[in-house]
Amino acid sequence: MALKEGLIGRKVGMTQLFGEDGKQIPVTVIQAGPCPVVEVREKGRHGYNALQIGFEPQTKNVSKPRAGHFKKAGLPAMRVLRELRLEKVDGYQVGQTLTVDLFAPGELVDVSGVSKGKGFQGGVKRYGWSGGGASHGSMFHRAPGSIGASSDPSRVWPGHHLPGRMGADRRTVLNLAVVRVLAEQNLLVIRGAVPGSIGGLVVVRKSVKLTKAQQRARKGE
Amino acid sequence: MDLIGVVEASQMKKDRGAFAPGDTVKVQVKVVEGEKERVQSFEGVVIRRRGEGARASFTVRRISYGVGVERTFPLHSPMIERVQVLRRGEVRRSKLYYLRALTGKAARLKEKRTVIPTSGE
Repeated sequence: MALKEGLIGRKVGMTQLFGEDGKQIPVTVIQAGPCPVVEVREKGRHGYNALQIGFEPQTKNVSKPRAGHFKKAGLPAMRVLRELRLEKVDGYQVGQTLTVDLFAPGELVDVSGVSKGKGFQGGVKRYGWSGGGASHGSMFHRAPGSIGASSDPSRVWPGHHLPGRMGADRRTVLNLAVVRVLAEQNLLVIRGAVPGSIGGLVVVRKSVKLTKAQQRARKGE
Repeated sequence: MDLIGVVEASQMKKDRGAFAPGDTVKVQVKVVEGEKERVQSFEGVVIRRRGEGARASFTVRRISYGVGVERTFPLHSPMIERVQVLRRGEVRRSKLYYLRALTGKAARLKEKRTVIPTSGE
């Protein structure tokens, strides 16, 4: 899978747009970029190819190591730094800026973000267990039930589904369509929902998976 | 900065929304039948308005052949050609769900008396 270029952004929120048939399309608005390339990581020197891109200027409390890193790139300090692993980094230079022009309406993108934290949750919510009956004398409601056999093995198998912290995980949603690109405001309007809360950081990348048409074209080769 | 508003601005129809709960309206809806498109009207009392921006919607209630029918429309839908106000109703709440329990004479609303502005205030 070829890794693709992308942008760092913040989730602005969701709304709806009307499609050509008059039906509502649920969309997420993301304020993405402009993201300058802060460092180009190369296979020969760093062991892998990647772009390090920045987002949101930082004026206050810039630590000395951080300030030095940006000084080396000749850029103002940024709050957020992310690396995008790429197949090839030829043609990219430090100081070059990536903007929403990277994307066009109709294009598919993958969006990564940290999902909303749900706190300590039981197995019914966390893993989709069915739970027991609520009434009619049922004495089993939302408890975990049996978590394994008895004296053999005398322990719980590692990785067994049990209640615990849920959410606040890095999640990626694949193949969301770009509906609109508003270059003036650095906005991307993407069909569907995106992980995380409003104001949360997300990374929008060109989709890694091939569309059906692209798969057919590849087979035909 | 209201960035959601920026996105929604292109969706909003300026001529919409000059009505309130209690008003009797005629909603002209575009209906696509196969290849053809025609306009259908739905006439009744506005019992609810909700949401803001491009997501706003309203519900119209009418009695059709003795059966209560409610339709909810997105306020800024391109499928709505026009919302015509036929009568302004005097009501004291924003959601007229109580009308669902009323029929006939009891379900009538008083007409709102408005001051007709005279020239020169």
